This record gives sequence, C-alpha cells and structure tokens, in this order.
Amino acid sequence: MAALKECYDIVVVGAGHAGCEAALASARLGMETILFTVSVDSIALMPCNPNIGGSSKGHLVRELDALGGEMGKIIDKAFIQSKMLNVSKGPAVHSLRAQADKQRYTRQMREVLENTDHLTIRQAEVTELVVRDGNVVGVKTLSGAEYCCKSVVLATGTYLRARCIYGDVSNHTGPNGLQAANYLTDSLMKNGIEMYRFKTGTPARVDKRSIDFSKMEEQFGDEKVVPFSFTTDSDSIQRKQVSCWLTYTNEKTHDIIRKNLDRSPLFSGVIEGTGPRYCPSIEDKVVKFPDKDRHQVFVEPEGEYTNEMYLGGMSSSLPEDVQVAMYRTVPGLEHVKIVRNAYAIEYDCINPRQLNASLEFKNLKGLFAAGQFNGSSGYEEAAAQGLIAGINAARRIQGKEFFTLNRSQAYIGVLIDDLVTKENHEPYRMMTSRAEYRLLLRQDNADERLTSFGYEIGLISEERYRNFLEKQEQIQQEIERLEKTITGAGERVQKFLEKRGSALLKSGSTLAELIKRPELSYEAIASIDEERPQVSEEVAQQVNIRIKYEGYIRRQNIQVKQFKKMEGKKLEEDFDYMKLKGLRREAAQKLNQIKPSSVGQASRISGVSPADISVLLVYLEQMKHAKEREVDKTDGKKSE
Amino acid sequence: MRSDTIAAIATAMNPSGIGIVRISGEEAFDVAGRIFRTKKGRKDFRQVSPNTIHYGYIYDGEELIDEVLLMVMKGPHSYTAEDTVEIDCHGGILVMKKILDAALQNGASLAEPGEFTKRAFLNGRIDLSQAEAVVDLINAKNRYAMASSLNQLKGRFSEKIRQIRKEILYHMAYIESALDDPEHISFDGYPEKLVPFLEETIEKLEIILRESENGKMVKEGIRTVILGRPNVGKSSILNLLLGEERAIVTNIAGTTRDTLEEHLMLNGISLNLVDTAGIRETEDKIEKIGVDRARTQAEEADLILLVVDSSRELEKNDYEMIDWLQSKNSIILLNKTDLPAMTAAEDLRILAKKTVISFSAKEGIGIKDLISEIQNMFFQGKIVYGEDLYLANTRQKENIQKALVGLRMVRKSVEEGMPEDFYSIDFMDAYEQLGYVLGEAVEEDLVNEIFQRFCMGK
Repeated sequence: MAALKECYDIVVVGAGHAGCEAALASARLGMETILFTVSVDSIALMPCNPNIGGSSKGHLVRELDALGGEMGKIIDKAFIQSKMLNVSKGPAVHSLRAQADKQRYTRQMREVLENTDHLTIRQAEVTELVVRDGNVVGVKTLSGAEYCCKSVVLATGTYLRARCIYGDVSNHTGPNGLQAANYLTDSLMKNGIEMYRFKTGTPARVDKRSIDFSKMEEQFGDEKVVPFSFTTDSDSIQRKQVSCWLTYTNEKTHDIIRKNLDRSPLFSGVIEGTGPRYCPSIEDKVVKFPDKDRHQVFVEPEGEYTNEMYLGGMSSSLPEDVQVAMYRTVPGLEHVKIVRNAYAIEYDCINPRQLNASLEFKNLKGLFAAGQFNGSSGYEEAAAQGLIAGINAARRIQGKEFFTLNRSQAYIGVLIDDLVTKENHEPYRMMTSRAEYRLLLRQDNADERLTSFGYEIGLISEERYRNFLEKQEQIQQEIERLEKTITGAGERVQKFLEKRGSALLKSGSTLAELIKRPELSYEAIASIDEERPQVSEEVAQQVNIRIKYEGYIRRQNIQVKQFKKMEGKKLEEDFDYMKLKGLRREAAQKLNQIKPSSVGQASRISGVSPADISVLLVYLEQMKHAKEREVDKTDGKKSE
Repeated sequence: MRSDTIAAIATAMNPSGIGIVRISGEEAFDVAGRIFRTKKGRKDFRQVSPNTIHYGYIYDGEELIDEVLLMVMKGPHSYTAEDTVEIDCHGGILVMKKILDAALQNGASLAEPGEFTKRAFLNGRIDLSQAEAVVDLINAKNRYAMASSLNQLKGRFSEKIRQIRKEILYHMAYIESALDDPEHISFDGYPEKLVPFLEETIEKLEIILRESENGKMVKEGIRTVILGRPNVGKSSILNLLLGEERAIVTNIAGTTRDTLEEHLMLNGISLNLVDTAGIRETEDKIEKIGVDRARTQAEEADLILLVVDSSRELEKNDYEMIDWLQSKNSIILLNKTDLPAMTAAEDLRILAKKTVISFSAKEGIGIKDLISEIQNMFFQGKIVYGEDLYLANTRQKENIQKALVGLRMVRKSVEEGMPEDFYSIDFMDAYEQLGYVLGEAVEEDLVNEIFQRFCMGK
C-alpha cells in the first residue's frame, strides 16, 4: 500500500510544554524538525493550573530562559498576575509565580513555533517507532505514513492510553476531552521499554458569576512585577493585574467527602495509577490529615477572555453530584456553577531510570524522552526536560558531546538526576528541598550560572551574551569597590547607624562590612555611599546578595567542591557490577540497572549503601593504577 | 596515588637496633645503587639476579653510614609487587634514619603510612582485591575505634552520635517541609525552639570529644591483655604492675566481671593493661558477658600475658588457651610460686614454646623478669603500637569537631535572625561529618584513609 514518506533530522512527539521547548531548541540549532500533536489547537495547552512558576518551579523557568528556552518569554507576554513568593525568607527560596491567561499563553507559543525556521508542525498521532540495530530511525503515524529521522524526542505528556475518571464515569481521552494516543505504548514495550502507569488530577472550573468573592480573601499581584525572562525589560510588563482569591474548606466539606469515599475511584480501586503525594486530591488530604479542620482553596482566573475560575487545592475524582455538593460548602462557593468537572487522569509513562542524564535511552540510541512521559509532573519540569532533550537530540546528530547539568549547577540538573537515578513511583514534582546547594542555585542568578552554556550551545545570541558579560563585569566592579571603600566613624555615618539601630563604628569600616550587618543592606547604605555609581536593579541585587551572604555562599561552595569530587569519579557505562565481588547483590543489581555515570550518582541510588560505595572507590583506585602501569609500560616501550 | 619510588623504615623503631629500610618502586634498584657500595665498588642492581643478598656499605655521599645486608627482589615477586630493595642494618634508630635519608636524597620519596601495603593491594599482590575484605576492615576499624576504652561499653559512643545525627536530620526535614508545604508546617516559633536543641547537642558533642581525648591517651599503647582461668591471680598481677589496688581482688572465682583497662609506662614503653574475667565455661549470665569480652579483648591484643596457677595442675582450659596462644605475642606467668608447686616452669616452657616466668604476685617475685621480657619483645620489633587506632580516632575527632563548627554556625544564624532556610547549609555539614564518623557516609579520599589505618609502617 502506498503511504507518505518524509525525512527530517528530528521528530518531536507531542506539543505540550516539553515538546515545544524540544522542537524549538532543535530547530534553532539548525535541525530540520517536525513536531507532532494530536491537535494543533492544543499546542502548549495548560490543562491543569493556570500558573507558571511557584516555589522552585520559578527557578526552573529562569534557568530554562538562561539556556535559551522559551517558556519565560511567553509567560512574560501572557501573565495576568505575578508575584515573588517567599520574600520574607532567604533569597534562595524566593520564587516567581505568574497567573497565565491560558489562551494567550498557547497562542503566543504557537506563534513562535509557527515562525521558527526549520520547524514543521503536523497534526497526527504517532503510533510506532522505527528501530534499526538498536537505533531509532523514524516513526510511523496512524495513517501509515513514515517519517524517517536521526533522533526522536518523545514528549507524550499524559496522552498515552489516557483515561479520565470521576465517580464511575471513565472516558478514554486525554486531558480536556482531547484524543488519547492509544498505540504508541505497545510499540515502546515491543522495543523493551519499561512502562509505568501514573495518575494525576485537576479540580473543577467554575463560573465566576456564581462566586461570592466577598467571603474570600483577595490576593493581589506584586506592585512591581519581576519578569521571568532575563531578556524582558521589566518596564515593559508593568500592567494592570487581576486578583486571585483565597477561601477554605471546612468540616462540612470534609464530612461530604468522607461519606462518599466509597464512590471515589481512587479509594475503590478503579484507579490503579500512582498519584502525586505533593499535589494531592482533596479526598487524599482529608484522609491524610484527619486533624486539619480546613484546607486552602485558591480561586484563580483561567484568563481574561473567560469567566472560568480554577479551584486550586481541590482536585478530585469524586462523582459529579458529590463535587457540586462539596464545592458548595466552601465560603463564597455556596451557589457555584461548575463549567468543567474535576477529574483524575491515568496515563502511561516510562520508568525514567532507563535514561541517562542527556535524556537519551541507554538501550535505544537516538531516542530521547521528556516531560510527564518521564514520570514528572508540572509544566515547568516538562519544559526544562524538553529543552535538554531537544538540545541533545540535535547534538547527537551534530556529533557533539551531550549537554548535561549536575546538581550543583541547576535545579534542572537536580530534576534530571533525580529522575534518572532515584526510585520514584509517583509523578515527580520539583521542590526546594530537593536541591542541596540551593543558596547557589538561586532564581536571581540563573543567568550567571547558565548563560554561558546557552551561548556555547547556540541558543543565546551574541548580543544577549555581550549584555550578560557586561552585567557580570558591573557586579564584580561594584563588589570590589564596596570592599575597598572605607568609611570613617564620622558624625553623619554614626547618626545613620544610630537611626537604623545598628552598632556605632569604633573605627573605619569597609562599606561591604556594613552591608553584611543583618539590619543593613546595599540599598540601605545608599545615603552614606557617596561615590556609588548608577547600577541597574539587577546588578544591585546581585551585589547585595553576594556581599551579604558571602560566608554562607563560601561554605556552600566548599560542599559543592566535595560533591564534585565524587561526581568526577567516572564509572564505565558497560561495566558489569555483578563481577565486583565485594558488592552486595542488591546493590550490584541496582547499579547494573541504572549504570551510573559516576560514583556520585551511584551513591544516590536507593539500595546502594556507603559500604558499596567504598567498594566502588577501591575498585576505581585499582583500575586507575592498573591503567597507569599499562601506560608506563607502553611509554617505556616507545622510548626503548 | 603516587607511583614514584618510596622508602621507609619497615620495622618498629627500636633503640637496640636491627631494622629494615625498604625501598619500593620503579627506581628502587637505582636508588639502592646510588647509596650502596661493596669493597669492590658500586653495583648495578638491575643486572643482578633477583632474590639475592648483597653484603656491603651504605654511603651518604662520601660518608659511610653502616655495614648492611641488602636484599634485591624483582617485581612482581616482592611484597609490593614492585621492584623492591630491603636494607638490613643493625646500627640503631639513628643509623636507620640516616640510611632512609640517604635513600630520600637519592630519588626516593617518603612512604606514607600504609603505602607499601596499599601498593601491594593495588598491584593485586595481596588478596584483598576482593574488596569485601577491605570493607569488612573499614567496618571493623570503625567498630574498634567506637569502643570507648574507658568504660568498655562497645558502641555507646556510636549510639550517641547516631542519635544526634537522627535529631539533626529531623530538624533538616522540618525546615525543608516548612519551605515546601507552608500551608501545613510553619516556622512560627521554630527558631526559639531550635536554640535549646543546638545548645544541648553542642554540649553532647563536646563531651564526646573530651571522652575520646581520654580514650586516645589510653589507646596509645601496646594493648596488653591479662588472661587466665578464674582466680589464678590476674587482678593481683595487674595491681602489682600498677602499684595500686584497682581491680576487686577476692578469692571468689568470677569477681572481675567486667574488663578493666589501665594505662602504664614501663621503662618508656607505653602499655594498655586489660584485666579480664577469667576464661572458663560459665552459667552466670553477667559473668558470661565478661568472659565474651575477655575473648574479644584477647583477639584484638598486641600482647597477651597468660597467667597459670602453679599450685594446681593444668586443666582443659589452660591447654586450650596455650594452644590458642601459639599465633600470638605472649608471655606465660606461672603465678603463686610461693605455694607448693604442682606445675613446673620447665614443663610449661616445653609444652607452650613460649617464655615462661616464675611469678608470685603476692611476694612480688618475677616482676623484673616480666618487664625486661616485654622490653625485649618491643625492641626486637615483635610487638608494635596499635597506632592505627590512634589514627582512626584522630580522623573521627576531626569529623566531630567539624560537626561542632556546623552546629555553632546554625546557632549563629539563629542569633542573627537569618531566615530559616539558611540553617540547612550548616546542618548539612554537621550531618555529613557525623555520617563519616559512623561510616554512614563516604568521603572521597576513603581509599587513602583505609590504607593509612590498616597497616602502619609496612
């Protein structure tokens, strides 16, 4: 039978947040790229919450931006409210979160995709991988068309054999009633890929006109909005913002839930997928925290174009009638009208420990994976992986070394290392606590950490890179100036200190020393710093943080040094750990499964103990020595 | 690891003097060639047959140092599996040091503690390559160092540290949870609650440090265990040596239920004397613990003093112990010679093939002979310091000190009103450092650590 056949460099399957970043990265790196989606209208869809960022997720977006990703730029265009979270805490945990106009977000992203060279968008369901000699060489679609290629990025999100469930209603569709992809799983399994089945959920969307906001707390955006993208001029995005609202569940809500638990597919066993602990449904919360008499409910607009409101914190898979009853117990929602029901969604994803840190499958060359398909949850996590997968799919073709990030470089590094290393049986969500070196991995210095990489990869323009270097130079100069400038204990300075409740000076002090005082800051001492040059807010912020927290930063850097030593001890990918006698059997099996790239990674595998690590270290030392002797011998021969 | 040529004095430092300077590595023969001369002149050891012994002199430049025997071993047929030269000298410590200096001046570098053994291992010469053994060793060493020598309660020290580590983990987890789930876990009042915990924990660690300081003193000696059936006079001998009544001395068998340890200097030699419960089959449970301990103590000892009662005939237990002693450094004390003899020293000497000293703790007979015998054994290099223990201890002490620094930093952060997320940086340090002490975390330079600890001087 005749069928269409076309050839590309890279095929990206899925046009969600992972697929979009992957396709953009690969096309921008000059690869002929085709992006498949079951529906062009659902490109960059936000099928769950209407926000981008949030605690630690905001970090991901800024890192993505520093590397040349798109998400930050899009949300800067599409936000309707923005807030820096955790400002009362240290700068490490400050995190940006924006409410998105969902429709504007997808439209903006689609516009970028449609106007990117080398990028083709195609609506079709990919059903099969074409594999030759352990290499992926193409995909087939439902119609039988074949697309040959050199690398494939799978970013199927929650669409594989998806099933949406509430009460005893179960639809075999993807999110929002979109068409599921029912064939690809079989092809993946045939190629030896281990699949998991995960579950997640979303709350109901309700009609704004049916809400009594007077019974809720209004939540405003920041007065001065900080952009996500380092390229966005902050003045250009200071616009009118919409409000969100906070209300709470109560004992009545919880009673209704408890009485109807037997009708919940989660508890009756209808749903077999594993749900996320960190993003639980309201019925999960009621069961897990029986002592809590209330839970937060965030009422957030889905966009400026619509009356639909999102009920954050109340995802559910209870039957429709219970949902209505339960929502109506919440203050302000007494007469609420549901537009779309809450539902749980079950889908196929992979065991991500089959991937290495480049996001390529260890046993299937040319096949990359990103996003919820890898068992993560969240738009930001997906986008970050998409970018890395897209970059590496391209670099593989270009014959370049894979680009990977480690845990001391970025949250993206933490995310991917966790996914490919640690046992995980529920959707993985990024969290502050997962990053060990978070004082170094701040959202405010993501550009400092990653712009050079983005530039080397080829996703950061010459101009942007120059601006970046200039900013770094200014920061450096200003810090040096403050460390050198000594202020005497003159009357004006003493008066200033007295007014601030700060200890008076006995002799001269550098300005940097003053900034370090808990009650002072770079901004605070402006009036006694006469020679201060004009610097941008961003520069001022970096100067302040680096001086103020210098001691902590230095100590964290020492920890990173220690960490890097273990990461630097490389392990061979094809080593058979069963041969290493000192290892416990369980550890050897785990190591064989994951084939860690370094002793550091090995030490993070659950089931590998410190004793096993010592065995590895001793083994490496032996190998190194044997190799040195080998080299000495051959050198000796040559010189003879 | 270095792969250059290394040299060290391979025997115990002893003033009376026979000792070996060992040189190992690719240039061992060259180094030896530069410092060794026969009456006929220099020798090229690369040309001589392997496993040969050469008589001659060591020179440092033109200065004659000593008359020596020099043994040439070609790799891999040597201890380290590398080309090795061993210089047998007899001029005492000063001369040995001079020979070593000469080797160092002529191309060798000073071996680190344990480096010969490490090389032997890494070159696949000794069958520790099955790293299991090495790991056992690490664990054994940790266990060893954990036992606080003062109270002999094995593991008490480690149990305390494990507990502290658990509590630190709780606080780390609390901080992280509050950051990630502010809705359910709050920082309200948390810093105030943290301060007493920090104060208490800092104090606990300081106490452990102090205790281990004392422990170190005790450990820095030849571990000497006094063994024998019940009521043969072990405690009396210990007291005699110490010059004071420490152990409970009665004539009821089984009085010394625990082991006691005392430190003493014997003509410049540092001894750790351990008195043990008498070894015999026992039904008494408490006493049984003491006996088990005695056995463990004896296993780990550098020197064993077996006390036999001369006024009674040898029993099954005596024979067993004599048999077991064959692989150990030991001296037999035939005690109670003030009473009518049933067992003769000469018979015992023939049976045990060990030095037997006629002794009477009651009348102070034999003590001088014992002291001079211990000195002989020490100066002949038969017994050495248990210095590995001291090292292990130092390392752990350092870890604990670093943990303390971390906790004090957390306290400082609290005092300065830093946001709570800053606490975790220094908590993490404290947690890691205590993990190293317990072997529950692994340091990068572990391999070096192992070899430094597991074989001194060789």
